[in-house]
Amino acid sequence: MTQNRIDANFQALQARGGKALVPYVTAGYPDLATTGLLLRRLDALGVPLIEIGIPFSDSIADGPVIQGSFHRVLAGGFRVADLFATVRAARPGLSAALVAMVSMSLVRRPGVSEFAQRCAESGFDGLIVPDIPLEESPEVLDAAHKAGLRCIMLVAPTTPDARREQIARASEGFVYQVAVRGITGERDALPDDIAEFVRALRAVSRLPVCVGFGIGTPQQVRAVCDVADGAIVGTAVVRRISEAIDAGHSPDAIAESVTQFVDELWKEVAAA
Amino acid sequence: MASSSSVFEVESGPADAGVPDARGRFGAFGGQYVPETLMAAVHRLDEAYIAARQDRAFWRELDHYLRTYAGRPSPLYFAARLTERLGGAKIYLKREDLNHTGAHKINNTLGQALLTRRMGKKRIIAETGAGQHGVATATAAACFGLECVVYMGAEDVRRQKLNVFRMELLGTHVVPVETGQKTLKDAINEAMRDWMATSDNTHYVIGSVMGPHPFPMIVRDFQSIIGRETRVQVLAAEGRLPDYLVACVGGGSNAAGMFAPFANDHSVRMIGVEAGGEGVGTGLHAATLAAGLPGVLHGMFTYVLQDEDGQTLPVHSCSAGLDYPGVGPEHAFWKDSGRAEYHAADDGEALRAFTLLSETEGIIPALEPAHAVAHVVKLAPTLPKDRIIVINLSGRGDKDVVEAARLLGRHIG
Repeated sequence: MTQNRIDANFQALQARGGKALVPYVTAGYPDLATTGLLLRRLDALGVPLIEIGIPFSDSIADGPVIQGSFHRVLAGGFRVADLFATVRAARPGLSAALVAMVSMSLVRRPGVSEFAQRCAESGFDGLIVPDIPLEESPEVLDAAHKAGLRCIMLVAPTTPDARREQIARASEGFVYQVAVRGITGERDALPDDIAEFVRALRAVSRLPVCVGFGIGTPQQVRAVCDVADGAIVGTAVVRRISEAIDAGHSPDAIAESVTQFVDELWKEVAAA
Repeated sequence: MASSSSVFEVESGPADAGVPDARGRFGAFGGQYVPETLMAAVHRLDEAYIAARQDRAFWRELDHYLRTYAGRPSPLYFAARLTERLGGAKIYLKREDLNHTGAHKINNTLGQALLTRRMGKKRIIAETGAGQHGVATATAAACFGLECVVYMGAEDVRRQKLNVFRMELLGTHVVPVETGQKTLKDAINEAMRDWMATSDNTHYVIGSVMGPHPFPMIVRDFQSIIGRETRVQVLAAEGRLPDYLVACVGGGSNAAGMFAPFANDHSVRMIGVEAGGEGVGTGLHAATLAAGLPGVLHGMFTYVLQDEDGQTLPVHSCSAGLDYPGVGPEHAFWKDSGRAEYHAADDGEALRAFTLLSETEGIIPALEPAHAVAHVVKLAPTLPKDRIIVINLSGRGDKDVVEAARLLGRHIG
């Protein structure tokens, strides 16, 4: 069996002393053709991972920007099967690992194993289910494992020490350290305790640690990557998609605007 | 509890239902499907509640407020004229409509406010649909001097101006929610989002037997005073347990509170009545247990009205309090185990029952329990006259008169 792309891309990155920039895009925003285009453009920048958020009607952890994108996509009649087709078509030309961020409701509907299989077959490399804590994770971890997907678990600033270690042990691919207490969305300043949380994770896990929630500027990406292995940027990317849509831009111009922004962030941390 | 001979001696306390287990499972249902950021808060709440649950002083204090502030016990009334009209089983009404703030909701909010104080928190938040739980939470906040924020769908804020003003009078800040369908489910999402950032000083007073464990257990326990009193009252009146308990189900808190103390009495049939809206076949309804599928919503695994992808479907009912696409996990458990049965009453049936109860008994019910009455209109005539039905009349209809007038084609300005 070939190595999982998440593991391979982190190894390659670490070998040349680089850090990961993980852009997040909302699937089907504004349409799936543009999502396919965005995947190809972002991949061409050389980012090691791309996170694809699958819209859900009732996503608890998301702030207004990502929620807004979800509701617009769902109003357009988005279907999960169409996203899988888009990813399957784009996959052969991409080097980046693809990670699906998806709510448990959507995972559970066709059955956890079936959903994981469909993800893997379409070309996803990993899965993040933000509304399953450790207690509810075994069936998802098991299904992901059987499908050859990495199941990435989240650690929060509110996570107690003993639990942090349990989550880090369960996580695969990397560990997702949530930076802020609260929902997704850009913050003017990041909390001071991120470095401390990352250090605590390093003490109990050899997996790469990526930090997400609240990160949206080149300075914040650099600061996070000074201590962690990567920074995940969601809302700031999706906001640029929204602004480009609202300005009436073509799919190509939307992709251009997003790619330019992500390139700025990526240059902060990509090794020469 | 069974030894109490007078309803004035009935005490509040945990429901002895054998579920959920330590992980919050009612059979296959329930659980804790929330982001890791909330797990610390959910665990702290569980610890605090388990301690309170075993502390008689906690329940004694709750009883003090239930009696001297909320007006408990609520009467069990024999509806003689309704019984005669329907010509079958004897019909009793558990008068939760007579509680302070006009519904059963106050039983839960007083309990959770006491729990908030016990945890040393100063701020509470809540979601509300029609505004009844919001008003009951705002009332408890004023009673205990807590800061209170209530999330309410912008669409509901527009439709329920009176309740918005009531909450504001009580010193609560009402936040209109502009996301999604701008109704109850979106208000719940927004309250959860607030709680993700504020759980250090804030308790989320959830309004029904739903959400992540331990909420379904906590709310059921606080509402179980309804069934405890009913048990003593019906024994005093009839010398035996009832044959049927009938209650409306949205999230399901008034039904769970009525049913749980009878869950081990297998001679008592428990019937939940959901909102059939314009008809379960039309797609315009809120009959989750009748037409939903097992899925995940608002932190719990339960029946959910959702599409083939798992996206939550829009719901419809003339009654805003039943307009919810999920249902408490204990009801999902009772449905699958066969312990309770669930039916739907549509908007037209509920409205006719609303009118019938007003005319025959001088009691204007809320549109929510009018659904329970509507089911009894069908059930009672099929039963012998020695059978006993208890309807949980969970709220009064004052809040609904404008909507009812509109539905009946009258103009009252």
